[in-house]
Amino acid sequence: MIKAENLTKVFNRSLVAVDHITFNVREGEIFGFLGPNGAGKTTTINMLITVLKPTEGTASVLGFDVVRQSNEVRKAIGVVPQEFTADEDLTGYENIMLCADLYGIPREIAKKRALELLELVELTNFKDKRVETYSGGMRRRLELACGLINYPKVLFLDEPTLGLDVQTRIAVWEYIRRLRKEYDITIFMTTHYLEEADTLCDRIAIIDHGKIIVIGSPGELKDGLGGDVITIAVRENADVTSIIQEVENVKNVRKENGLYYVKVVEGEVTAPLIIEALRKKGYTVTRFSLTEPTLNEVYLEYTGRAIRDMEGSNAEIMIQRLHLRRARNG
Amino acid sequence: MSSMKAVNDCQPSFVRGLWALTRRELKKWLNDPVMLVMFILQPFIWMGLLGKSMNISGLFSADNIKLPPKISLPGYAILSPPGLQEVVLDGAVLSQILAEISSRIMEVAFGVADYFSFMAVGMVSMIVTITAMFSGMSIVWDRRLGFLDKVISTPVSRTAIILSKILNAALRAMFQATVILALAYLLGLRFSPTFTPLNLLWIYTAILLLSVGLSSIFIAFSIRSTRMERPIQFVNLITMPLMFSSNIFFPASLMPEWMQAVVRINPLTYLTDIVRHLTILPIDVTALIVDFMYLSLFAAVFATIGVVLAWKYLTR
Ligand SMILES: Nc1ncnc2c1ncn2[C@@H]1O[C@H](COP(=O)(O)OP(=O)(O)O)[C@@H](O)[C@H]1O
Ligand SMILES: [Mg+2]
Repeated sequence: MIKAENLTKVFNRSLVAVDHITFNVREGEIFGFLGPNGAGKTTTINMLITVLKPTEGTASVLGFDVVRQSNEVRKAIGVVPQEFTADEDLTGYENIMLCADLYGIPREIAKKRALELLELVELTNFKDKRVETYSGGMRRRLELACGLINYPKVLFLDEPTLGLDVQTRIAVWEYIRRLRKEYDITIFMTTHYLEEADTLCDRIAIIDHGKIIVIGSPGELKDGLGGDVITIAVRENADVTSIIQEVENVKNVRKENGLYYVKVVEGEVTAPLIIEALRKKGYTVTRFSLTEPTLNEVYLEYTGRAIRDMEGSNAEIMIQRLHLRRARNG
Repeated sequence: MSSMKAVNDCQPSFVRGLWALTRRELKKWLNDPVMLVMFILQPFIWMGLLGKSMNISGLFSADNIKLPPKISLPGYAILSPPGLQEVVLDGAVLSQILAEISSRIMEVAFGVADYFSFMAVGMVSMIVTITAMFSGMSIVWDRRLGFLDKVISTPVSRTAIILSKILNAALRAMFQATVILALAYLLGLRFSPTFTPLNLLWIYTAILLLSVGLSSIFIAFSIRSTRMERPIQFVNLITMPLMFSSNIFFPASLMPEWMQAVVRINPLTYLTDIVRHLTILPIDVTALIVDFMYLSLFAAVFATIGVVLAWKYLTR
């Protein structure tokens, strides 16, 4: 659905915002770009949605080249930008209809669709209120609805929950999941929230300083770290290391203070096998725990720093965003 | 929920996109009656205060000068017949002569008998200038608020985005100019006998041309700027000089040479001249043709520059 090859953007001849990235997004998946502020996520999206011209490399969406066939691309995709873009002085309904006009969707179809989408994002009761009066979550939902007005095959979401509180964020995730299910749609999204990438995305590309560091499903990335850790103790005094070692999927066993730390692939499946193997030999398991690595550890492993450091309060994020805009355009 | 059979029913059309974007601007404008009044208030105040206080025709009137009934002059003031010791003039006759002279002066300098009519129609140029500048610059807001990012990600024509700003400026200016002319009429503007409501159509055309040119300049000027403060300062800085270096307040023919050169370049001069000829002065076809040609050229040149610059920016 989306192909990028050596995609590169250099600003002002010196700032390499996106640095020769190559990736592939498959039909029907939610593909996430995960990285801190300034990593180049928005710049990548802007090239894919034909708003920025790549300095180097090529990209295509649905087989259309983003430079040479930009109009075909624009018609077929939906975009939900990082900032709130709805017109504050207009109502939610007027905003959606304006989008419909810009896409040139026949009026009658557009009216029906606008109402349907407002229903989907549960804004029907507010459709005739000015956007000025909407909360952050409502605005984000309205943006989602606008991005869907042309029934896109590919939807681009740039930081869909930036600056939202935790509850609203979870609600937005729910809408995104529903979208994918009900409208059979491919989603390309960016985020700097780990949980968001973890729960929503089928595959993730970790991007830092404009480069893709690693691509894979959240599971693969975590397994890439060496998998889950199972901690076990047995009542008997004997050393059971070799028994555990023999179980399928076990990578290594370390004994410390009477506890066995077992690194395994796919902990949930392997754990019962270990317990079963020990029982067969007549041992009794007295303690057991399973810890899965989080994406946080994955991130730490690949970039050498915790992504948590990058997150700030909502207010800070707003300020950062303003500065970013000024810095960019000034 | 209907499954999204990805039928692509987008048929982006230039006209529909242009009209949708223009309608948005007009809606915002009508939603804000305070700004609507503010824009009209400014020329209204100028017209009321300056137009009425600068009573230039009153300056020369006999009432003002208050001649005594009898004025005696030394005999040598009369060249023929010579030899008189003293001449006594009748004040009333002299007043009449003065009145005649003053109306000749007004006629020659201003073309009309009262200054108010002269400057009130100039307010049309003022309001067109302010409106065009602000509408052109509103593109800064669209950028700041992210609206522009959204619009350029849709298949709407980039030219339509820019033209919607220009069209919006022109439509607003036409409306406000109409209001100003109506107010001027209520305050005592005197139309010439050649005035017909049909003349308004020509006035609208001229307003359109000036708005297109001016708003294009301001779109080009502000499309890269992210702050409203600077463009607003700029507008404040240049509106006054722009108005005073035109024929809005004073006839160009009485200005110094160098000033006349400036006045001749200033597009406001041409709109003002058109409006005058079509309202308070007798129609002068030759002058009108020249005025319209200049404004058309002005609009064409700057609209091209504005659209090209903005288009380049929008397709980085
Ligand atoms: N229009 C621009 N002009 C100059 N530099 C830019 C522009 N847009 C982004 N940048 C820079 O490129 C880098 C990547 O920015 P961005 O893609 O917005 O990151 P992200 O979306 O991951 O936070 C940043 O250093 C940013 O300052
Ligand atoms: Mg970003």
